[in-house]
Amino acid sequence: MAKHTLSVLVENKPGVLARVAGLFSRRGFNIDSLAVGETEHPEVSRITVVVNAEDQPLEQVTKQLNKLVNVLKIVELEPASSVQRELLLVKVRADRPVRSQVLETVQLFRARVVDVAPDALTIEATGTAEKLDALLRDLEPYGIKEMVQSGLVAIGRGSRAITASPALRVAAA
Amino acid sequence: MTKPSPETLAHAIEKNRATAAAVKPAAAAAPVTVTGAQSLVKSLEALDVEVIFGIPGGAILPAYDPLFDSKVRHILVRHEQGAGHAATGYAQASGKVGVCMATSGPGATNLVTPIADAYMDSVPLVAITGQVPSASIGSDAFQEADIQGITLPITKHNFLVRTGADIPRVLAEAFHLASTGRPGPVLVDIPKDVLAGQTTFSWPPVLDLPGYRPTMHPHGKQIREAARLIQAAKRPVLYVGGGVLKAQATSALLELAELTGIPVVTTLMARGAFPDSHQQHLGMPGMHGTVPAVYALQRSDLLIALGARFDDRVTGKLDSFAPDAQVIHADIDPAEIGKNRHADVPIVGDAKHVIEELITALKAVPQLSYTEWWAALNDLLTRYPMGYEEPSDGTLAPQYVISRLGAIAGPDAIYCAGVGQHQMWASQFIKYEKPATWLNSGGLGTMGYAVPAAMGAKVAKPDTVVWAIDGDGCFQMTNQELATCALEGIPIKVAVINNGNLGMVRQWQTLFYNERYSNTDLGTHKHRIPDFVKLAEALGCIGLRCESASDVDATIKAAMEINDAPVVIDFVVGKDAMVWPMVAAGTSNDEIMFARGVRPVFDEDDL
Repeated sequence: MAKHTLSVLVENKPGVLARVAGLFSRRGFNIDSLAVGETEHPEVSRITVVVNAEDQPLEQVTKQLNKLVNVLKIVELEPASSVQRELLLVKVRADRPVRSQVLETVQLFRARVVDVAPDALTIEATGTAEKLDALLRDLEPYGIKEMVQSGLVAIGRGSRAITASPALRVAAA
Repeated sequence: MTKPSPETLAHAIEKNRATAAAVKPAAAAAPVTVTGAQSLVKSLEALDVEVIFGIPGGAILPAYDPLFDSKVRHILVRHEQGAGHAATGYAQASGKVGVCMATSGPGATNLVTPIADAYMDSVPLVAITGQVPSASIGSDAFQEADIQGITLPITKHNFLVRTGADIPRVLAEAFHLASTGRPGPVLVDIPKDVLAGQTTFSWPPVLDLPGYRPTMHPHGKQIREAARLIQAAKRPVLYVGGGVLKAQATSALLELAELTGIPVVTTLMARGAFPDSHQQHLGMPGMHGTVPAVYALQRSDLLIALGARFDDRVTGKLDSFAPDAQVIHADIDPAEIGKNRHADVPIVGDAKHVIEELITALKAVPQLSYTEWWAALNDLLTRYPMGYEEPSDGTLAPQYVISRLGAIAGPDAIYCAGVGQHQMWASQFIKYEKPATWLNSGGLGTMGYAVPAAMGAKVAKPDTVVWAIDGDGCFQMTNQELATCALEGIPIKVAVINNGNLGMVRQWQTLFYNERYSNTDLGTHKHRIPDFVKLAEALGCIGLRCESASDVDATIKAAMEINDAPVVIDFVVGKDAMVWPMVAAGTSNDEIMFARGVRPVFDEDDL
């Protein structure tokens, strides 16, 4: 099965996320990652869903999503033609003897230290899922005390905006 | 993957607004100050609602006060499930939106079954429920249930109204959603404080549904492609589903069929969409379909599916269904196309528009005659007609009762079945000639549908004879609505096909569980509990009983004479009758059995 990234533009109304998430589970799809936020139109929210599915079932779930009255538009973002990012916060054991090695890893991955304790560092990193996986692999030997990851967010490359259709302007007006 | 182009979207939104304006052509009145409940009732009046089936209770109580003075008729049912099915029957018989109303909590949850039923069968239904006051929502208050959450998977859309000002718009949107595109149920949940509080009412409201734009007109290219396949086909079949009835496309279908000479099959949801008496009609396909209809689909080289959804009861084992057929699949719901079976030519659109455009496209080209195909099908029609064996134990044959009922009540009556053996026999042995004369619970298979749905149909068509054909199992689930019928002057007729058992389950026990009849004997024969004649009388109806073939006609005619009260006939029939033909669940349509132990012989040389 292949991973697909769907950008789902929805009306920013109560309960819409439950409708979208419920539809995935009801139709037997597992959501790998989910991120929700407002768009440049405050009355439109954007849900980014990463789902593992073959093409035919994916088409079915997309059609079912399109049937939800609050769903305005669905676009699949291909990795090659979009920028896709996740955010990772990870608390790593880093006492004196290893701290400099941990910091070196942080620099290599262009991550940032956002909190310091005598025996631990909290690191913030953004990137693709592959990059964050690699960072975690390198940090693992030091001892990961806690970590939290956001859902993936994605935006198409180039100047075109998927939110620029008149429908969305009307929705946001 | 993406929705229609932005231009289409903007156009659709404009159209939505236009529809809203068209809801009531009268000039917009200045806003008036009313309660939320008054706003609700005024909205229902403005939407031309004729009747509501419902039961009041705590949270919906404010709505019942202005309803008391309204021109909208309210029919007080005995159970909310009855309200829901009655609204469904009303909608199926009239083509209008059916409306039911209930209070919060258990009132609302009792509507869940009929809502799910309407969802599966694409019935335009609006359910209005009271909810606990806004401030109590989420507190496990008395009679609180998250009915919006509960009905998310079984409604086309649902609303929780947060302020009184939204009531007219939400109601207009609910009716618009329920009745357009692929119809379906919409639930509107209104908290008690919103109903009781002050608000303003003005009409018409502006619909705000930017994400809703059903495609009505098919793409010209797809129509041309479909016409090309039809021209090239040697063994085409028109596979007609309920969407043709929903789109009121039955005259167009007749024209298409006669223009092309292509054989027609009508699914359980489409019985009546094409006249049974028509020589091109092969009958119903599927698990209990006719041999010619099942065979036609299996051997076809082109299925022209119109408003049908390749349901498992039609296809049998999917990977052996119609193995040589290309598929033209027309449906108003794009999600149905390619869901179960790949479509070579997908057509999104309203069945009426699709058929009309196909007719135009096909008129322009020469038609084929399908002589060999018809020879094979006519041979099967002759060799495998719909029939049944007389029971060897001398009991009354249920098929005989139902075929006589159809013959005596005729093609103008409305027939409304429950679920099980009697439903299949009613679909097989009554000749349907007209649309909206056959109502049943097809997708969900809801036992107990018949009596309340017949009640709703009779309210929609008071001058039409309405027969509920029910089983003794089904009848015991919802017969309390006969009290409603008796009191409200809704003289339906009920034929209880009483075999003393949960007949269809028993049939499966006979065939697949070594005749081990676990929990299917209802005792309605052995102990005559309940006595359906006495029960009918207790509910204010006339009760009749018929136990022998010689009395069948006279009893049905006696019931036909009674028009001032509901009538119930207890037809005591044999318990061993089975529904044939049958494709056992999970097997291929090729394994169809004409009768027990009888496989049809298909003459492959004919093709």
